[in-house]
Amino acid sequence: MWTSYPSVPNMEPFDNNCTLPVVPGQPVTAVVQRIEIHKLRHADNLILGFSIGGGMDQDPGQNPFSADKTDKGIYVTRVTPQGPAEVAGLKMGDKIMQVNGWDMTMVTHDQARKRLTKKKEDVVRLLVTRKGLEQAVKNAMM
Amino acid sequence: MDNESQYSGYSYKSGHSRSSRKHRDRRDRHRSKSRDGSSRGDKSVTIQAPGEPLLDTESTRGDDRDDNWGETTTVVTGTSEHSVSNEDLTRASKELEDSSPLECRRFAAPVLSGALGLFALLTPLAFLLLPQLLWREQLDPCGVPCEGLYVSLAFKLLVLALSSWALFLRQPRATLPRLFVFRGLLMALLFLFVASYWLFYGVRVLEPRERDYRGIVGYAASLVDALLFIQYLALVLLEIRQLQPAFCLKVVRTTDGASRFYNVGHFSIQRAAVWVLDQYYSDFPVYNPALLNLPKSILSKKMSGFKVYSLGEENSTNNSTGQSRAMIAAAARRRDNSHNEYYYEEAEMERRVRKRKARLVVAVEEAFTHIKRLQDDEPAASSPKHPREIMDPREAAQAIFAPMARAMQKFLRTTRQQPYHSMESIIAHLQFCITHNMTPKAFLERYLNTGPTLQYQRENGRGRQWTLVSEEPVTSALRQGQVFSLRRLDFALVVTVTALPFLNLGEEFIDPKSHKFVMRLQSETSV
Repeated sequence: MWTSYPSVPNMEPFDNNCTLPVVPGQPVTAVVQRIEIHKLRHADNLILGFSIGGGMDQDPGQNPFSADKTDKGIYVTRVTPQGPAEVAGLKMGDKIMQVNGWDMTMVTHDQARKRLTKKKEDVVRLLVTRKGLEQAVKNAMM
Repeated sequence: MDNESQYSGYSYKSGHSRSSRKHRDRRDRHRSKSRDGSSRGDKSVTIQAPGEPLLDTESTRGDDRDDNWGETTTVVTGTSEHSVSNEDLTRASKELEDSSPLECRRFAAPVLSGALGLFALLTPLAFLLLPQLLWREQLDPCGVPCEGLYVSLAFKLLVLALSSWALFLRQPRATLPRLFVFRGLLMALLFLFVASYWLFYGVRVLEPRERDYRGIVGYAASLVDALLFIQYLALVLLEIRQLQPAFCLKVVRTTDGASRFYNVGHFSIQRAAVWVLDQYYSDFPVYNPALLNLPKSILSKKMSGFKVYSLGEENSTNNSTGQSRAMIAAAARRRDNSHNEYYYEEAEMERRVRKRKARLVVAVEEAFTHIKRLQDDEPAASSPKHPREIMDPREAAQAIFAPMARAMQKFLRTTRQQPYHSMESIIAHLQFCITHNMTPKAFLERYLNTGPTLQYQRENGRGRQWTLVSEEPVTSALRQGQVFSLRRLDFALVVTVTALPFLNLGEEFIDPKSHKFVMRLQSETSV
């Protein structure tokens, strides 16, 4: 459940709660939560029940959820109540790091949408991170 | 320069054999082609030698002449020096035919309409003067109103005369094949008007010797008013109606595909043809037959790969068609590499042209540095040891022509332009450029770019003969989708008519204060 996100060479630093030094080009570590969402079939679509924002082609300064305003990652902006995402434990403001093994820290908005809405997949396994996760892990370990 | 060899008319025309007639016809076309609009004038009838392949006529023109010149001169017929052969007779009669109708036809219509117009102009004056001359004593005296009418009459006549001179008194630019409908209409209208006025005048005034002079003056004034209105009608019909664009004409030359688009107004086909030809002479690059075809080496390779042997067949005509078909089929099946050769040939040609052009430019620049203009205030003789020879432009041109002559000749030959520029014309152009202080680049502009046809025309009183080919009567108005063509001896212009689209112009008002900008929003997608 709580795992250390393997170091990924990121261009932008990821800073959740603790102040990690911002060094572009250096790998960043983060604490992530693994969330498994089962898609719900609604009419002809498979829906997950949340909305995403952000991406490589978007303006990072407008992101209300990111700690670092140059972070171009994919964030969860809304979670529909009682939807599959809320049931699985996704919260608003989460940053999605991986979807089914695909990296989401350096993708465009449209690529992220496509990775989440593949018709052939019924289940998506996300690695998300949020503020306070690392602190919660530390508290749990102590 | 080369390629301008002349042949005397007799030496190759005397010959009745079929082959020599073919060569003669071919050379006829060559001669009229190479001097487009020469002083001989172009004949309207073309002699088409049947079944001639395109290649032989143009690209091998020089060889053709050299080859066949020897052949036909030795053929002697029954004509002696003192008799005139049949061809000469027909040629002479044809020339006679062409000359007189052309001259007369050109001026017939304008002279007629000019006479009618003059007559119409003088009619009011005649109306006024005739009673004065014939029965002056019996006329009632006419006071102030008459004088007012006199002034207005004089003024209107002056305006009529001036505007007629300005608008209608022009050299006719073209003879149209059919009646020019509007002009004919107007002439008829004018004639009817004037005739009816004269009729009434004769019956009502001259016969009973009318005494009311004021009425007569009023009558003449009304005629002048009517003439003014007719002239207004003529102005609108002949000049103004075609100004507003309504059709787009696409003009394509059949030989090399040079095309242009023109916007014209409402015309009849023949008037549109004249208009297009006006534009043709100044817009289209000159037609150079030497630039047209693929080099013979490329095209002939396709056919010459196969030799067909006939094994014991008697019927030769069947054999030939069968042969050619077999060859075509075999050539089609074979792998075709001629596009490769065409590509390399073109690249090679371009390289050659560019190299020659570079040499020419350098030679001309250098030549131009040899002379300079003598300023007024400079002393003519600088020193007794180096006396300066003062030259006029012609001599200066001749002096600097020598170093650049060779480079120029080679360049013209590479670009196949040498028929258009004789040595004399180059020196004349050089003289012109020197006189007007032009730079070498300005001098070369004429040779580096192919100019419009008008640049190469020689002054010719006879005019150019064009044939208008159309499926509809040439006096009908232009319509969407019509096609007509203007044919000349060796090429044609095909004109396609398209109507200009109707424009639905809408309006959108933008408040200048409404231009506002924000940073790009985060887009949000729900999954």
